This record gives sequence, structure tokens and C-alpha cells, in this order.
Amino acid sequence: MRSDTFTSDDGPIGVETLHMTKRFGDFTALDDVSIHVRPGTFHALLGENGAGKSTLVKCMMGFYRPTAGEMMVSGQQVVIDNPKQAHTHGLGMVYQHFTLVPSLTAAENLVIARQSTSDIIDWRAENERLATFMERMPFSVALDQRVGRLAAGEKQKLELLKQLYLGRRFLILDEPTSVLTPQEADELLGMVRGLVDDTGLTCLMISHKFREITAFADDVSILRAGRHVGGGAVADLSTDKMAALMIGEKTLAGSADRQNLDGEIVLAVRGAEADDRSGIKTIAIDTLDVRAGEIVGIAGVSGNGQMELMEMLTGQRPLHGGDIHVNGERFAATRQQAHDLKVRFIPEEPLQNACAGRMSVRENLAFRNFDAGSGSIWLDGRAMTREAAQLVRDFNVKTASLNAPIASLSGGNVQRAVLARELSETIGLLVVANPCFGLDFSAVADIRARIVDARNAGTAVLLISEDLDEILELSDRVLVMSDGRIAYESSAATVDLDSVSRHMAGHA
Amino acid sequence: MSVSARQRTIATGTLQAGGLRGFLSNRKAEAVLVPTGALLAAFVLFSVFLLFLGKSPVEFFQLVWRAGFGTQFSWENTLSRTAPLLLAALCVAIPSRLGLIVIGGEGAIVLGGVAAGAFAIFATGLPGALGMVGMALAAMAMGGIWIGLIGYLRHARGVNETISSLLLAYIAIALMNHFIEGPLRDPASLNKPSTAPVDEAYRIGNLPSLDVHWGLAVGILACIVSYILIEKTTFGFAARIVGGNTRAARIQGLPVGRLMVGFCALAGAFAGLAGMIEVAAVHGSANASLAAGYGYTGILIAFLARHNMLAIIPVAILLAGIEASSGLVQRRMDLPDATMLVLQGLVFIIILMSETLIGRFAIFQPKTEAV
Repeated sequence: MRSDTFTSDDGPIGVETLHMTKRFGDFTALDDVSIHVRPGTFHALLGENGAGKSTLVKCMMGFYRPTAGEMMVSGQQVVIDNPKQAHTHGLGMVYQHFTLVPSLTAAENLVIARQSTSDIIDWRAENERLATFMERMPFSVALDQRVGRLAAGEKQKLELLKQLYLGRRFLILDEPTSVLTPQEADELLGMVRGLVDDTGLTCLMISHKFREITAFADDVSILRAGRHVGGGAVADLSTDKMAALMIGEKTLAGSADRQNLDGEIVLAVRGAEADDRSGIKTIAIDTLDVRAGEIVGIAGVSGNGQMELMEMLTGQRPLHGGDIHVNGERFAATRQQAHDLKVRFIPEEPLQNACAGRMSVRENLAFRNFDAGSGSIWLDGRAMTREAAQLVRDFNVKTASLNAPIASLSGGNVQRAVLARELSETIGLLVVANPCFGLDFSAVADIRARIVDARNAGTAVLLISEDLDEILELSDRVLVMSDGRIAYESSAATVDLDSVSRHMAGHA
Repeated sequence: MSVSARQRTIATGTLQAGGLRGFLSNRKAEAVLVPTGALLAAFVLFSVFLLFLGKSPVEFFQLVWRAGFGTQFSWENTLSRTAPLLLAALCVAIPSRLGLIVIGGEGAIVLGGVAAGAFAIFATGLPGALGMVGMALAAMAMGGIWIGLIGYLRHARGVNETISSLLLAYIAIALMNHFIEGPLRDPASLNKPSTAPVDEAYRIGNLPSLDVHWGLAVGILACIVSYILIEKTTFGFAARIVGGNTRAARIQGLPVGRLMVGFCALAGAFAGLAGMIEVAAVHGSANASLAAGYGYTGILIAFLARHNMLAIIPVAILLAGIEASSGLVQRRMDLPDATMLVLQGLVFIIILMSETLIGRFAIFQPKTEAV
């Protein structure tokens, strides 16, 4: 009955994956990955977005069944079909985002997490158990506080405590510091380090941040495009070496067919400042220019201010200072101005941000243009149908009918429909975020070709992407955003991948 | 699994009957058939309720038919009750197209009535038509401000429009009571505090050769105008984009706030007009009879009509007929006063449940291989 609670008397456990492979249809997310997390160590898992880190840990935790490969816990082969089985082997996971109930106290959160809690909770007994447990922990959290009132760092500590309270002795941390300030991050990782050293915990942490890895981890395994490309003791690896392994050999393409080297400046951002999503940090863009006929790519690890930059440009995030000009005109992102200056936005996740899922394909294709032209108050249904049919044909959108709700289309076809709407007619400025996220290969090639075509036709393109390959393939100039600032800039021809990866990792 | 197999058989089975399949395989048919099915299901459940009380469902529905639709008199009675219901339903249906659930139309109705009554007191001696237009404009402005305020609070301060509209309806009723019992009270109204009777010249008369006042025509016209506005104009399309996905509307640069406030104000103006019609055509003065629950029945009508402005017309007539028959039915069958409320409640719950069925029936979906 007490089997699910804190028991750390049997020594630390190690976990190994052997030839782990995971395919989704034709796509191989994980290709023959063998990593060994030694018992009682702090192990980092490093890789770009889409390198397969999440897939690997999801296979380990039983969220996914691996297509091939085995897993060993403490030297014994185990089969893990679901997270519950992973828990019985002592494996637990702390997610990027919080899984606590904000309206309950820390103590209540810990107690309700236990599987074996009886229907009537004996609070005196529970509090005694908690007190005994906390005595053995090297740090504490205010247990009687409501979780909603705790700071992000405290919440993440509580997530950690919860796993330990549940008796987990092998913890997978999925980018645990992405929602924390640097100070909070250092404090949290220092605690993890202490737990590993003092209580025999074993830890596997997904991270992009070289600084955290070199400061806190013992070993590192590096994944690239689903394969294990290297690793070893952190002490034996330089940051440059890790970055090189993570990024790999990139072929720099795309600048050959450039049409226009010195176009007019179309987008000019000067000293623009705004709050980030958490409200505790500031996004500050000193200078950002995009010229006609060039693609400027902004690379960066997710959550470094790219989405806030998009919102600043689309007028959804108020500026504290500075300004944004398009063609020399101060740009306030009104519909009239966007129309006159031919500014187009393609936000990430088009179904959530650029479409109305229950409205038809035909209606969604008219969002940009329905009130343009004659300025009439009447909706021209026949013209809408005609234009929608034309766009669907031109952009190969596969749909049952023009009247089908756009949510019934596949992701690639939704994105094609949005591109069809935003890339028709002449375009002055195109701002596009993660255009190929989650799409299959054929759609990716198609969509990237459309963006290059727009550039070749003289459009100024700002491409914000978390996919570094995409940035390098398409961009004429590469910028790196880190911690809300533009940390690096280079022309595509002279781009230095080591610097790019180090700036992306916040380790300039 | 067996369900989807059966649905596939249905789909292929109707393949030969091209017309029927063509009709079934579109979303309009779904929008009609699902609420109709829900209405019938509610009637069946209500029949069970009647049997439980030891009453005959057959007699009940016969009586509803007779008292609501059976004779010229009952038709005229039903249609007279339809006018405020049409306008009250628009007050729900229009904001819903922007994704706002406004359930406080009652507030705009009563305040519209008070504003119309007040106009009639202070602007006496105008030509009849001008007086009526003045009363209507005063009522519409009042209702428009009231519901427009709800749209503004939602947009500017993130106040939940469902809660605020409901609570503001209570405040509106309190304000109405204050005015008709206080500053606007006609000293001659003893048992039932009212404003002074509206000048005969300002009273709305009946449609030619019918004992139904002109309010019905106004209500139907309002539904048609709203339909055209929402479905056929660029403003309506912009509003539907906001309702479909506010984030997408913002990125398209649409003035989301102005659209929300504007369309809420229009919805409130229609509800206010309902109050004016009640004053000028039915009661002859503003009094507590304005708070007759039309605003709440309007919610039911709008949901039954799936917020389609034209579908509101038949649904409002149906509900008006049921309401018109309630007195007779309850007396004849010796049923408790709340019986009709039980029926309305059942209909509403089942309609809300049926919303989740939209999009679930394979036969209504366009065939993927069609294009």
C-alpha cells in the first residue's frame, strides 16, 4: 500500500536505452539511439528542436512504444507500456510546464499526487509523513502556501519534491529552466546537483543551454536528426565541440538565386521594447532592418522572445519605447495600413492563429481581401468563390470542397491555404513564423519554395523560426535572438555556425 | 466501430436517392435536423414527465395546438406575442456570431420600455408617426448603450459577458422599478405603478385586417435586416471572423473592439425596440409588465435557431404559441403553473446537449473523395 511513496534505501538506479528507434509513418524520429545514464549521475540530453529528445524520453516513460530497441533499468531489461509502469520502476518526469493545482497548498498537492490516498484523508498522519520526508530533503518549500502564490522557481522546486515524495529515483527533467529566470534556474539546478550527490538520485535533463550543462551535469548525450551523434563526460567536451555536434555539418544553400542585393529598407525596427509573456523580462530590439528582396532569418531557441517580436509587429503587444516603420511610414498594424503597405503576417500554428476552424475554406481564403477593392459594404459571394477556387488550384490545397470547414484539412493543407491567402498579389513585407512546424516533407519543400519565390519577386521577408536548418536554407541574413535581444547577425555567406549555436544557447 | 459501419451503410444506401443524399450531405440540413430532433426528444421527455403527473401527453399537445395555432384568434394571440420574442432572440443571436454569449436581453427590453415611456411623457403633441419614431429611437439608444456596455467591458476589461449581462439585467429591472414607482410614476396609477398613458396618437396599431399589432412586422423586418447584415455585408463577415477566431481577426488587423461594441449595441437596440413595442402596442404605458421574461425566452429561441437570424422567425412563432397556450393548458389539465417552464427548461437542456452532436454524423459530412 505504501509502495508508491518515498523509499530511497535501495541505491541509485541507472537507465540505458539500446538501439531505440521510433518511426511515425515514414518519418523516423529516433534512429538507433543508445544512451547510458549511469546511476547517481546528472546527465544532460542536448539537441536542436526536432532532434528527437522528447521522443526519446517519451519512449522511456512509456508515452510512446518504441518501434525497435530495448530499455534497461539497473541492468535489467524492462518493457514499459505506459507511464504507470515507468513509475513502478522509479522513473518520473518533470515537465516544462507546471502540473500542480494552483488553488491547493503545496502540501495538498503532494498528498493528492499519491495514488494510494484513501477516500478520507487523515491529515494528521499525512502531515507527519510530509514532515519526515521534508527532513530528509536538502531544501524546503513553504508547504502551507497556495501554489498559485508561489514564484515559478518555487513551483518547479515543488514539482521536483513531488516526484521525490512519490518515491521516484530516476528523474527526467524536460527543459526545467525554460520558465525560470537565470537566478532561479541556477538555484534549481544546484538543488538537483545536491540531490544527485547526497540522496542517490539519478537525473536526465533535456536542455539547450550549454551554460547549465557545463556548470551542473556530469555527462552529456547529443542527438541530431534522431541519431545519437556523440557525448561523454562534460569535463572532456568543450562548448564548441558540443555545439558542433549539435548543429552538425550544414550545407549553406539558397543565396545563389538571389535577385536583388541592395533593395530599399522595407521594415525598420528601432529601439522597440515590450514586456515578454511572463511580464518579468523585457524584449528589446535595437535595430532590425529587412530590405526588399531579402530573407532575414531569426534563429533562436523557443521562448527567447521570437513570438513576442511577432506580436510587436502585428500590433498585439504594446511597445514601451521605440518604433516600427514600414516603407518609412510609422506602422501601427491597422488593417488599412497593412493593406496599403502590402504587409502580410503568417503566424505559427496557422489553424490556431490565422484561421477560423469552423468557417469554410472559401471564407477563410477571403479573410485578407473581403473588404478590399471597391470599398463596398456588400460581400461579393461570387467573387469569393471564384478567388477561392483559383487559390486552391494555384497552391494545391487538397480539400473535399470549398465549403468544407478548414479545420477538416490536414496541417499541410491548412498552411497551404494560409499561404495562398497571404502570398497572392504583390507583397511588400512578409513576416512568417515557424511556417513548416509539424508538416511532412513534401509540404515543407512546397512551402519553402513559395517563400523563396516571394523573396525573388522583391518581397522583404522576415522569417522567424526555431528550425535552424530552415533559417540557414532560406535566409540571406541570419540573426540570432537570445534572451529577448538580437545577439548575433551575419550574412548567410559568412555565417559562422559555432557562433550561431553558442549565441542560440545563450553562451556568447 | 459498429456505429460508423452503420453510418457508412446509410450513406451508401441513400446513394441512389441522389436528391436525398445531396440534401443530407450538407451542413444546412444538419443545422435544421439536429435541433428539430432535439426539440422532438424534449417533447418525448416532457411526455414522460406528464405521465408521471398522471396526465395525458396527447391531450396536452392537442390543447397546445388548439390554444396556440388552432383558430384565428389563437393565431393572432400567438403572433402578437411573437414580436418581442423575435427582437429578444436577436439580442442573443447577434452577439453570439462574434462569440459572445449575452443572456441579459431582458435588461435592455425593460429599460427600452422605460425610455420609450419617458419620451412619450416629455415629448407630447408631436405628429403620431414622429412620436412613434422618437419613442423607438429613445428605446433603441437605451438598449444599445446597455448591451454595448457589456461588449465594451468584455473587450476592454475582459469581463465575462454572460455574467455581466445577466447581472446587469437585474440592475435594469431595479432601475425600471425605481423610475415607474418614482420620478416617472403617473399618480393616477394606483394598484400598478406605471408611467402616464402614452398619447393615443403614439400607440402602435394593428396590421390590416388582423388583430395583430405592427410589432410583428417590425420584428420580422429586424430579423431579415440582421440576416443580410451578418451574412451579406463586409461588416457581418468581419464579425463572423471575430467569432470564429479572435486571434486570427486581430492578426488580420480587424477592429475587434469596435466590432464587439458595435454589434452588441445593435443587439441591445433591437431588445430596446421590443420594450418600446410592448409599451406602445400592448400596455400603453411603461410598467412592471415589461419584465415578462421575453429576454429569457429569447435565449431559448436563439439557441434553437442556432443563431441563424431567419430561423429565429419560425422558432419564435412556435415558442410564442406554446406560451400563448400555457394559461389554457394549465387550467384545463389542472397542471402546476411551472409546467411550461419545465417544458422550456427541458428544450433548452436538450438543445445545448445536441450542439455537441453537430459534426458527429457521417451522413452530413461532405465526401472527401468528391473533389
